[in-house]
Amino acid sequence: MNNGQPILTVDHLVATFDTDAGRVRAVDQVSFSLKAGTILGLVGESGCGKSVTALSIMRLLPRPAGVIESGAIRLNGVDLVQLAPDEMHRIRGRRIGMIFQEPMTALNPVHRIGQQLVEVFDLHRPDLDAVQRYQAAVALLSRVGIPEARARMDEYPHQISGGMRQRVMIAMALAGKPDVLIADEPTTALDVTIQAQILELILDLQKETGMAVLFITHALGVIAQICQEVAVMYAGWIVESAPAAALFKKPLHPYTQGLLASMPRLSSENKSVLPIIRGTVPSLHQLPPGCRFQNRCPHVMDRCGKETPGPVAVDDDHWARCFLLEG
Amino acid sequence: MTVPENDDLLRVENLKMYFPVRGGVLRKRVGYVHAVDGVSLTVGRGETLGLVGESGCGKTTVGRCILRLYQPTQGRVIFDGTDLLEADSKTLRTARRQLQMIFQDPFESLNSRHTVGDIVAEPFIIHRVGRPADRMRSVAGLLERVGLAADAASRFPHEFSGGQRQRIGIARAIALNPKLVVCDEPVSALDVSIQSQILNLLLALQKDLGLSYLFIAHDLAVVKHVSDRIAVMYLGRIVEYAASGELYRQPLHPYTQALIAAIPDPDPEKKKMSQPMLSGDVPSPINPPPGCHFHPRCPYACRRCREETPALVPFGSSEPGHWVACHFAGRLDGGCVDTPRILSD
Repeated sequence: MNNGQPILTVDHLVATFDTDAGRVRAVDQVSFSLKAGTILGLVGESGCGKSVTALSIMRLLPRPAGVIESGAIRLNGVDLVQLAPDEMHRIRGRRIGMIFQEPMTALNPVHRIGQQLVEVFDLHRPDLDAVQRYQAAVALLSRVGIPEARARMDEYPHQISGGMRQRVMIAMALAGKPDVLIADEPTTALDVTIQAQILELILDLQKETGMAVLFITHALGVIAQICQEVAVMYAGWIVESAPAAALFKKPLHPYTQGLLASMPRLSSENKSVLPIIRGTVPSLHQLPPGCRFQNRCPHVMDRCGKETPGPVAVDDDHWARCFLLEG
Repeated sequence: MTVPENDDLLRVENLKMYFPVRGGVLRKRVGYVHAVDGVSLTVGRGETLGLVGESGCGKTTVGRCILRLYQPTQGRVIFDGTDLLEADSKTLRTARRQLQMIFQDPFESLNSRHTVGDIVAEPFIIHRVGRPADRMRSVAGLLERVGLAADAASRFPHEFSGGQRQRIGIARAIALNPKLVVCDEPVSALDVSIQSQILNLLLALQKDLGLSYLFIAHDLAVVKHVSDRIAVMYLGRIVEYAASGELYRQPLHPYTQALIAAIPDPDPEKKKMSQPMLSGDVPSPINPPPGCHFHPRCPYACRRCREETPALVPFGSSEPGHWVACHFAGRLDGGCVDTPRILSD
């Protein structure tokens, strides 16, 4: 695998949803590229479009409401948007794996863990016989840190803890040895000490397999700990994209700046007034013309309500959608 | 004449809450969940006590026992001089005017069929305070106080965002001018950019109204920001108790240390993932481990920890009011009498 070469490129993706109140663009002109062997963080608040982006890549948008209206998603040059359903079926799991926030809803509650895991091998490793598949499943469970893996094979998802379930999910996602892993808020439902264990596991596995990871989260702290690159989403747009070090050292977009400033930290002064981002995210049904952050922005100008800001590059790989940067 | 010790607004002594576990055809009792197992704490007037711990540690149960939403198995809850667990229904009703709660989920905790005005006015109706006209005026004042438009009163909860709904819950909680508000994970369901708005509101209300808070949350950074003192809970017991700055500067219990170390720092230059982490899961509160409840996950645990339950005691040389329940507090580096165990499970 050539590290640093883009393996997954999302190009001007537009994904829309039909709702009772009309069609909304949940993801609007989103572009980014995921380089081989790296972890890219996609960060944003609920409703910003980060999960819809992930589901678009997997071609798993809930139909018929959700559709990819335009744009391209290229995996090693092949546009996934154009693939037939059966071709896409061969990509999922084998080329791109995915893990979700709540493993309990992703695992089948009435099937034993082993059975579900062996099923993945049935699908992706037809070269192995039944005994080998079982052994591969046990080995994989041990690899993701599940003690007494052989005994766990016979248990049901509800018999193990949330952290262990997430490990099972990771094992299932990695069974097909994918080039890309999409992790959608995999630690959000977990306690902080368990979250640390799962993040460590994902980092280890990433190094071991050389896969690329698209890590979706709302937690900037998690991004800082594991990602090389970050894209910040707001109301369907990517508003800022940067290497992780640059984003945290010199955030460019007023939204990113506001988010970082408003987080309570262990080192912050007790009971001090926190800087805030005023107001709330605009509804996707009633987006203002111009910049989508204008109603909350401390630097809002006349222009922000009239024109749409395009990406302005400030450094290599560091850009943001803001007129302030045009200088 | 007031004795300083008794001037605390809330004093909880040796609180225990065991929930029976039933099984079999006859629904016989097969054991107990030791949700809260001997918790003592105090909240001073105008003070915020943070109660922090992971899911299942019993922090929410403590809050509910204080409001007597649960009838505790054992212990005393003395609020403003009244023992709430002994109180008759009339005394309890009076005390509850002074004692309110804010819930985690602003979607579940507001009745979706009532207007916001009805929801915020309900405490007045329940406690027969004021006349209808006065009530509506009070509601308007409360909504304004928590940062909502006056026309909010005639709208329904579903028309509001999560942050605004939490403001409605706060308006309801402060309606009767309470002395103590139990805040149970008040910001954990909210987006990051909204969390700080709500935290600022809670801090401002405390200043203006002289409120005391019992602030229950799993996020240590949030708890540390709003609290004067912090109690760290693990599996039904308080393991450490200190002023919040002190707890962060000098965490003594290995669990507190692990909790602080596990917070992902929003600074890529301070990568923590390479540091040793806590292994394993929180054990079941049905059969908690003997001795120190933390010993199966503790990197320093030795024989004494497996056999003898450490008491929560003041820690000698440090700032007054720093309590810790660890046999080896302050001398974890090599203080164990037998060989420290490296965890393999």
